[in-house]
Amino acid sequence: MSAAPQKAKAGAEKIDVLVSAVVPLNDLVTRFEFKRTDGQDFPPFSAGAHTVVEMQDEDRTRLNPYSLMSDPADTSTYAISVRRDDQGRGGSLFMHQNVSQGDPMVITYPVNLFALDLRARKHIFFAGGIGITPFMAMIAQLERSNGHWELHYAARSPELASYATELKAKHPANVHVYYDSEKQAIDLGHLLEGQPLGTHAYVCGPAGMIQWVHTTAAELGWPEDNVHSEEFLAPQPGKPFQVRLCKSDITIDVGENESLLEAMERCGVEAPFLCRGGACGQCETDVVEHSGTFDHRDHWLDEAEHASGEKIMPCVSRFLGETLVLDR
Amino acid sequence: MTIQFNEETFRDDYSFRNSDWAIKRFPFPFHEDSYMYSVNMEQHRGGPAGSVYEKRFDVDEHYVSEMRDRALVLDDDPLRCQSLPHMTLAGWDTLELIMVSKSEDYPDLFELHRDGDQWHWINRPMGIEQKFTFLDETTLPCGPLEYITRQAQGDFAVLDQRDEMLWMDAGMITTQADWSLDFDIGMNFFEWHAPVPLAHEMGIFKRALKFLLNIQQGAPARRLNWTMTVNPLLDTSPENYHKWGIQKTQMTPETIGAKQHLRVELQTFYRLPRSNALLFPIRCYLIAFQDLTTIPKWGRRLHRVIRDLPEELATYKGFIDNRPMMLDYLSQFDDGQPTSPGIWPDLASEPALKK
Repeated sequence: MSAAPQKAKAGAEKIDVLVSAVVPLNDLVTRFEFKRTDGQDFPPFSAGAHTVVEMQDEDRTRLNPYSLMSDPADTSTYAISVRRDDQGRGGSLFMHQNVSQGDPMVITYPVNLFALDLRARKHIFFAGGIGITPFMAMIAQLERSNGHWELHYAARSPELASYATELKAKHPANVHVYYDSEKQAIDLGHLLEGQPLGTHAYVCGPAGMIQWVHTTAAELGWPEDNVHSEEFLAPQPGKPFQVRLCKSDITIDVGENESLLEAMERCGVEAPFLCRGGACGQCETDVVEHSGTFDHRDHWLDEAEHASGEKIMPCVSRFLGETLVLDR
Repeated sequence: MTIQFNEETFRDDYSFRNSDWAIKRFPFPFHEDSYMYSVNMEQHRGGPAGSVYEKRFDVDEHYVSEMRDRALVLDDDPLRCQSLPHMTLAGWDTLELIMVSKSEDYPDLFELHRDGDQWHWINRPMGIEQKFTFLDETTLPCGPLEYITRQAQGDFAVLDQRDEMLWMDAGMITTQADWSLDFDIGMNFFEWHAPVPLAHEMGIFKRALKFLLNIQQGAPARRLNWTMTVNPLLDTSPENYHKWGIQKTQMTPETIGAKQHLRVELQTFYRLPRSNALLFPIRCYLIAFQDLTTIPKWGRRLHRVIRDLPEELATYKGFIDNRPMMLDYLSQFDDGQPTSPGIWPDLASEPALKK
């Protein structure tokens, strides 16, 4: 064995796959199913895990995380559901427009940043829109182990409520769907107030909904550790900026439509990452020197760290100003 | 390779022996002539053919006897194996990982046949054959973690991962270097490491926790740890300290070569797929000083490491009182010649002892 400290690896291990099915669910959401290219089974996974999908968009490699939504016990297939984001940076559009059945792709091993707390006496799920996907896997896992769960799922309209019909048909007593178009809303305070001790709440959806669940639960005296959430942030476009990477001894330009992490990768700098959405902490980078303003967008660093100007999460955060020097 | 399994004991008459094969493949833990803590992790993806790093779960000549010793420990103290209720799935993960790995890595010794949830396991060295339903505990004679770890060398700590923290929520611990599962069960990573000196100040545990929380499926890791044990005892537990502690005072310059053992732990780390728990196998290898010093490089280096080790570490590892006697013995094998870097014996290139 060597004794050299190990460098953090860039990303999780990879699996070569073929797209085995492309299933449009409604105007916005399409399911993509994968089989392994080598014909083997996939590794089992724990519900709540995501995979990072590698997209070869001409000379650009896009890497987007998606929750695995298939039954974790089914090792023959992995499935993700992708909501088309017409205003986004193009990853979901690429999936919708360029990926067809039979295409070879590369995905990563499952990584779980949104695991079930298996001690819970009961699991209560709050899904908003495409945030339903991790709960599909969680429900399948809990059904197998006779877990106690219920789902509250808010969607814009019946047409856009992916999987609502099949979930309601299968689990009529546990699934509650709310449609904005019919002016229905989750009665959150009432729901959180009435849960038995030992219940864990999970929320996946838009940022506002996640905040709402955390705040309401805290106001009602829920322990912080009993409320779990996952939100992958897509890196937002921003003004181009320049950054000096002192270990690599280069200065690079970060374009308007790429993240700092992507710019580093484009310039051949190997930087660690896992989720690429500001949640896992893997890409945390020390700031050596700066003069300007950070645009911190991650969920990993706390407020004090954001204010300190000593750290940045290059997967989603940006910078505006004269000088930025990073320890990378 | 077919392994000849030793008939030997790790108690009473201590008939444990390492063959020449086992001595040469011993996981010597010092890559240079001094030692200090480090997180010293590397990927666990095989290693040189025949080395203890080659397979996911190394099986060696001590297998059958070690499993017999484990059964004796459990007879006396069933609390050496515990699993909190939420850890059953992690137990199945462990069973699956070990059965799949062993049947693939040692097809002549182990077989696993799977037809959906109907599994058929054959363990030839131990003469075990079991048909059971995967994920159905009623079809095994005991819980899945206990079942499989009664058939796998080394201790197994199963750590739940919650709230950016690891929790010691299950395990099979019978070959431990003086720590107790029954005491640590339910503790978090910082709590169970509280007794370790120096490392906290060095920030070792914060970095180690961060590394461990990020161990992902498909990318297991490993490191070595070490201590000293008088007599080839696998079970150096706090529960039995009254039996083995006294033996540390019963060594003489005449018996130290045979009685004093370097104890090395090959620690591996696996993300368990179904439960998202972290499996922490701690495999113990023992070697008598008189066997270890047959490798010239290791004899030279062990003397230098023990001589220069900070006092806190020698105290924590429990050999501060015996250190002078150990150094007297080991100095015979240190002729002052330089040693090659790295842990390997380098028998072909290292000079013989000049004394």
